[in-house]
Amino acid sequence: MVKILEKLGHQVEYPETQTCCGQPAFNSGYWGEARAVADTMLDAFRDAEVVVGVSGSCGAMLKVFYPELYHGHAREAEAKALSEKTHEFSSFLVNVLGVGDLGAGLSAKATFHDGCHGLRELGIKREPRELLRHVRGLELVEMGEAETCCGFGGTFSVKFPEISTAMGEVKCASILETGADLVISNDSSCLMQIQGLFDRRGEKIRSMHLAEVLALS
Amino acid sequence: MSTESVQFHHDAERLTRDVRHRGLIQKALGGYYVKRDEQKSRYTDWQMARASAAAAKYEAVNHLDTYLLELTEKLEARGTKVFWAADGAEAADYIASVARNAGVRRIIKSKTMTGEEIHLGQALEKCGYEVVESDLGEFIVQLREEPPYHIVFPSMHLTRGEISDTFQKKLGSAPAETPEELTMIARDVMRQKYCEADMGISGANFAVAETGHLSITENEGNARLSTTLPRLLVSIVGIEKVIPKLDDLAVLLPMLATAGAGQNMTCYNTLLGGPRAAEETDGPEEFHVVLLDNRRTTLLADPEQRDALHCIRCGACLNVCPIFKNIGGHSYGTTYQGPIGSVITPHLRGLQSWKHLSFSSSLCGACSEACPVKIDLHHHLLQNRRNAIANKPVWWEKPIFAGFAWFMSRPALYRFAAPLLRVGGPVLHAIRGRFFDPARLWTATRDLPPPPRESFKEFWRKRNASR
Repeated sequence: MVKILEKLGHQVEYPETQTCCGQPAFNSGYWGEARAVADTMLDAFRDAEVVVGVSGSCGAMLKVFYPELYHGHAREAEAKALSEKTHEFSSFLVNVLGVGDLGAGLSAKATFHDGCHGLRELGIKREPRELLRHVRGLELVEMGEAETCCGFGGTFSVKFPEISTAMGEVKCASILETGADLVISNDSSCLMQIQGLFDRRGEKIRSMHLAEVLALS
Repeated sequence: MSTESVQFHHDAERLTRDVRHRGLIQKALGGYYVKRDEQKSRYTDWQMARASAAAAKYEAVNHLDTYLLELTEKLEARGTKVFWAADGAEAADYIASVARNAGVRRIIKSKTMTGEEIHLGQALEKCGYEVVESDLGEFIVQLREEPPYHIVFPSMHLTRGEISDTFQKKLGSAPAETPEELTMIARDVMRQKYCEADMGISGANFAVAETGHLSITENEGNARLSTTLPRLLVSIVGIEKVIPKLDDLAVLLPMLATAGAGQNMTCYNTLLGGPRAAEETDGPEEFHVVLLDNRRTTLLADPEQRDALHCIRCGACLNVCPIFKNIGGHSYGTTYQGPIGSVITPHLRGLQSWKHLSFSSSLCGACSEACPVKIDLHHHLLQNRRNAIANKPVWWEKPIFAGFAWFMSRPALYRFAAPLLRVGGPVLHAIRGRFFDPARLWTATRDLPPPPRESFKEFWRKRNASR
């Protein structure tokens, strides 16, 4: 992502004081603990003009859930300000910068998995496909029920591992059906779930984050 | 863990391993998706239709005091008796007393989830009445002594073969293979039951305040027969079923058919306005409407989740829910399965006993997207989680998340995470999935990615140093 943004002429800063967005605590019902973690993010990004994240899920946390998490709390205005200037990577490229072709090339047959937070909280569906369409040598095939969750769901994946695994198996079957040798997503956590299941089964399917693909030349 | 939660884990674990069950549900719902999308595409603007359906329900739910009184007044004006029941026991007692006073022996019942919620059928059977379900799906699960599997498709988990077996065993019928043959067997039994019944019981899909009508929508004609043939009729209606105007049905009925079953409209749509009038030749001589609260007002008092009372029980959220599709309807242990059940059951039956349903979700949001009346389902699951923890933190989780917050608010420590992972990674990999693997909840079924050779922070520092 850094490579791509710099190639497009932007100055990229990485505040080293950032840690986690706090979603694990938030989703588990521990909102006080989530705020303690989110405070470090509000501090870290206070002076940024634009915040770009490579995960639809962390992006949704900052953009959609921070205002809710801080509702009625002292730093509500800061949370709203951070929400407004935060963008998911593919959405930032396509909708804010207006770019489509990044000059990337990759010879593969790939399918794209929509991370649910990116898809439904942030409404991102067209953007990654628009970017991938321009990748030289890449054949993109849609899987059946592409919008069905992979079953990761953060702490859900270890609280209910058997349900999470069954959901992942359904997702993996949809991917296998396409005959693709590569699965791309804009969420690493989904890829961890999908790749983890494929690896355990000895399937030779690779997974790559959208940014990794777009940075290839 | 509550006993309900233990049961849930047990049943869900069993069903997720049942690949045959998974295939069966996928196939059934695959057909539904195609038909639903066909019907949705006939709308000029589906999102606008959702907004308008949600607006009608919002108006009703936020003015229940006015509309319920208007409904009652209009119903009573035509001779219907209206009973306001605070809970299930009050409703069941009232209905049993109506049956007793009228010398009832046999009851025919059409589909009512509100009736299911208060176990009305069982309560009446206990009083000695014969109660027969007339909806085909409900009839099948009644014969099998099972609760409905799905709020709209009660027996969707059964194959034709299993239904035929049930009919042979319980009705003594010959083996049957086609849906038509199976339907004819049920029909033969049921026609007799309609004629014999001296009381009908129904639910309602909507209750129109403006005109005082109950609207019932169905595909088999059984609800129409159950409500018009017997001399006595009792309809049980949740208070959230009221809608302001007759015109609202123009949006809500097709919406319910599309979202619920992938139909343009259901085959039979009935409006019940009261008992048989002097000039009429059919209909019940006596008509009772039971308006049921049963803790719906608790939900009403929660401004964050009040919109859950918009629910028209179409089942669309179940049909798209990957959790439902893998664990099946019975694992929930609730009257209302799927996302809507996970949202409302903690309100209706106790947060601490039923909070596990709100945690058992990947929060993918497919439910909220599918809901025709725009209930913010998956965000309500988050709110239930927050409320459950605020009310009673889990003893072993509390220190974990306190530690998480402590560590993650110390960026200076966070930078050591990646080097630590590189040391610990190979050890974890070697013991993966074993009893003493701390990550075994993940690694029992899945591999972990190898730790990165270089964390982003390390990359960033090196890069800046070399500039």
